Amino acid sequence: MKLGAFDLPDLPDLDGIRACVHCGICLPQCPTYRVLGEEMDSPRGRIYLIRAAAEGRVGITETFTHHLDLCLGCRACETACPSGVPFGRLLEQTRGQIERHGHRRLSHRFLAGLTLGLFPYPGRLARLLAIVALYQHSGLQRLVRASGLLRLAPRLAAMEGLLPPLGSWRARELPELVQATGRRRGRAGLVLGCVQRYFFPRVNELTARLLSLAGYEVLIPRDQECCGALHLHAGRLDQARRFARGLIAAFDGGVDLVVANAAGCGSAMREYGHWLDGDPRARQFSLRVRDISELLADAELPLRPMEVTATYHDPCHLAHGQRIRREPRALLNRIPGLTLVELAESDLCCGSAGIYNLLEREMAERLLELKVSRIAETGARTVVTGNPGCVLQIARGCRERGLAVEVLHPVELLARALSY
Amino acid sequence: MLTPEFLRELARIVGPAGVVATPEGRLTYECDMHTFYKGAPDAVALPTSAEQVGEVVRLCLREGIPVVPRGSGTGVIGGAMAPRGGVMVSTTRMTRTFEVDLLNRCATVEPGVINLQLTHAVKDRGYFFAPDPSSQMVCSIGGNCATNAGGPHCLKYGITVNHVLGLQVVTGAGELLWLGSKARERVGYDLTGVMVGSEGTLGIVTAVRVRLLHLPEAVKTILAVFSSVEDASETVSAIIAAGIIAAALECLDEPAIRAVEEGIGAGYPKGAGAVLLIELDGPRAEIEAQAEKIVEICRSHLALEIRVAQDEAERELLWKGRKGFAGAIGRLTRNWLLQDAVVPRSKLPQAIRALNAISARHRLLVAHVFHAGDGNLHPIICYDAEQPGELERAMQANEELLRACIAMGGSVTGEHGVGVDKAANLRLQYGEADLAFMARLRQVFDPTGIMNPGKLLPSHPACGETLSAVPPQSLPQGAWV
Repeated sequence: MKLGAFDLPDLPDLDGIRACVHCGICLPQCPTYRVLGEEMDSPRGRIYLIRAAAEGRVGITETFTHHLDLCLGCRACETACPSGVPFGRLLEQTRGQIERHGHRRLSHRFLAGLTLGLFPYPGRLARLLAIVALYQHSGLQRLVRASGLLRLAPRLAAMEGLLPPLGSWRARELPELVQATGRRRGRAGLVLGCVQRYFFPRVNELTARLLSLAGYEVLIPRDQECCGALHLHAGRLDQARRFARGLIAAFDGGVDLVVANAAGCGSAMREYGHWLDGDPRARQFSLRVRDISELLADAELPLRPMEVTATYHDPCHLAHGQRIRREPRALLNRIPGLTLVELAESDLCCGSAGIYNLLEREMAERLLELKVSRIAETGARTVVTGNPGCVLQIARGCRERGLAVEVLHPVELLARALSY
Repeated sequence: MLTPEFLRELARIVGPAGVVATPEGRLTYECDMHTFYKGAPDAVALPTSAEQVGEVVRLCLREGIPVVPRGSGTGVIGGAMAPRGGVMVSTTRMTRTFEVDLLNRCATVEPGVINLQLTHAVKDRGYFFAPDPSSQMVCSIGGNCATNAGGPHCLKYGITVNHVLGLQVVTGAGELLWLGSKARERVGYDLTGVMVGSEGTLGIVTAVRVRLLHLPEAVKTILAVFSSVEDASETVSAIIAAGIIAAALECLDEPAIRAVEEGIGAGYPKGAGAVLLIELDGPRAEIEAQAEKIVEICRSHLALEIRVAQDEAERELLWKGRKGFAGAIGRLTRNWLLQDAVVPRSKLPQAIRALNAISARHRLLVAHVFHAGDGNLHPIICYDAEQPGELERAMQANEELLRACIAMGGSVTGEHGVGVDKAANLRLQYGEADLAFMARLRQVFDPTGIMNPGKLLPSHPACGETLSAVPPQSLPQGAWV
């Protein structure tokens, strides 16, 4: 059962490929095209390569794989495309084919395997973070950073640089149910995420608290695992499906909404209906997914004035993946005294893109450079963005370039203005 | 095929990261927006300076290798593809702005600068770059020069050649020249005029000195809805007869409206037979008076609805719909052919009727989006290459459409250029002596014929050169289940 270089299952969507009219409107929106100016590293060129593979004109070669792996999966091209090409899906399906038939560099496979084998498993991650916390608190981190040793291992340096200061290695525990305060609006399930849960446990706490204040009873299932987003983007589709089924089951206890505070998780969860085609529960689940900013934008919250100048970076998987741009800004603008300065090219990828910044360091660095200089132009001292990957990436970029800004999730800034 | 020594030499000039030589990479350069015509280059060079372009051209000249310039690859005439292989020179890394001289209202930029980005760079200071092809959010200024691009607003402001003061070019003989000057007056031969619209057959543009215009004091955009394209085009004739020079007068028919609404959601009324997008700009008092007159004309021509954009956001959305149409064609069809014929404005209603009759006879959908004010038609013939026989019917209809327009006193192309798509059609418009003279002019710039061979001029039958289209590749269907 072959179609050119591809085979079943998860064949790249042929109608999606056909929808591309090769107009090129996506080109200037594509981060890798912006940096390289090459057709095969643009969305139009990548679709053309996928099409050529389906037609049997090219094989899944190392070069083919390289151009598809260099894509950040930011989906800015989908926002730009008037013909509605489902690029994100095409990319994931093609990466699925690459996983099965392709030629990935050994170092790429090793790093991806390491990260993807770590993040979704709370137990493994917790054990690693215990070591990391020890590394930070013992003063070893200061010594290592000062020594310049990391220059010898650039990939390790990339990972090391992303580490935020960990308060305690122990995951903070949230109750399974938080009651609603004030007028009850419904029951919301909170997705804790992987990066969010271990690197930014405060964000999950604050999300639960704000949801409660907004009138939601918050269900936080203990047994929830990863949403599978990282696996999906890497083309490990079966693994992604297993995680999706697990998460759906974890929230099966009757929630009205499923709330994500990480754009990457929310975006992937909205696609469960597609990836688990034929499972009505998956479709139902996807329809219930909300980003935290959607629920808080018009909620009744007791906010007091706070003098702060902030700027907002659009996470790709919020702006492009979920088409949510207005709500996070509206939410910030509700804080009396807050001045929101628009960030130029706010929806251009910061280079984080899941585990991309570990796999494609050079491209990720060039995009981060661009993002940091745009942030510097705003003069804001606070950068707000609703995805933990972006928070880690931008914080590191600013720190390394000596730009004194604080990078926060919207709920963190909002919580500071709470007069409750 | 290029020799390893040649590729090494190329890499020496533009750097190893500036050469694309893999089969996969080259494949993605085998066509521009008109995917009907395919021809992959043997290598792609991505130079970053005029000097590098010069060295690449001289290297190719020495070895007798074809040179095919390419900007953003948004053309619709098969101009930026390599029917005979050779080296494609992509200008996408030449994006510097050398000078913005607002006092003298001009700017000097490299050819890879994107059209709309130039306007964005000077808009805050009250200026803009007038040529605005629909692809302006992605097309390059070098490409605009190559095709002498137009756009909705060229009705009032003129086409690219009217906005180019000077050009730096590398000719097919390998010389680096400056044509034109900062002043609008041209001394001696108007070589800028010769170069603009030459589609890379004379040389490669390496820098452009463009005119910038003052933004108008006020802009008014009107959307008028009609039940038929005929009513809309009668309205256009009446507006022009009334002596009003609109900044833009655009028409979209029902299928085009459908595509725009599905793909962009610009607020055009779905199901309507046609809409006219009318823009006025200039001194506020003047355009207020003109707008009143236009509304009156629209009413008397049976407009169903007349909407004036209330703010800049609404105006931008209306234009986003018009300009995004080409990208939304995928909502209508899998494959298409496109004409760019110009008919005298008075013949617009008649031309539309004739074109619709032709496409109906061939049982194909045709969508119309046209610059009504100039009589510049863009009939898009929709077909599905995977259906047996449709391609042949589409090509037949395409040919008949063009002949019908020429018979009405029209021209082969309005603004897209000639490329390979319309090269043979040039004979419909010019005599042998005219074409022979153009070929001699081409030889002056490009004595050995390395520059974008096979484009613009019809090939001489005696040379045995035929530029047959490669039929679109089909995705096999059903074969694998």
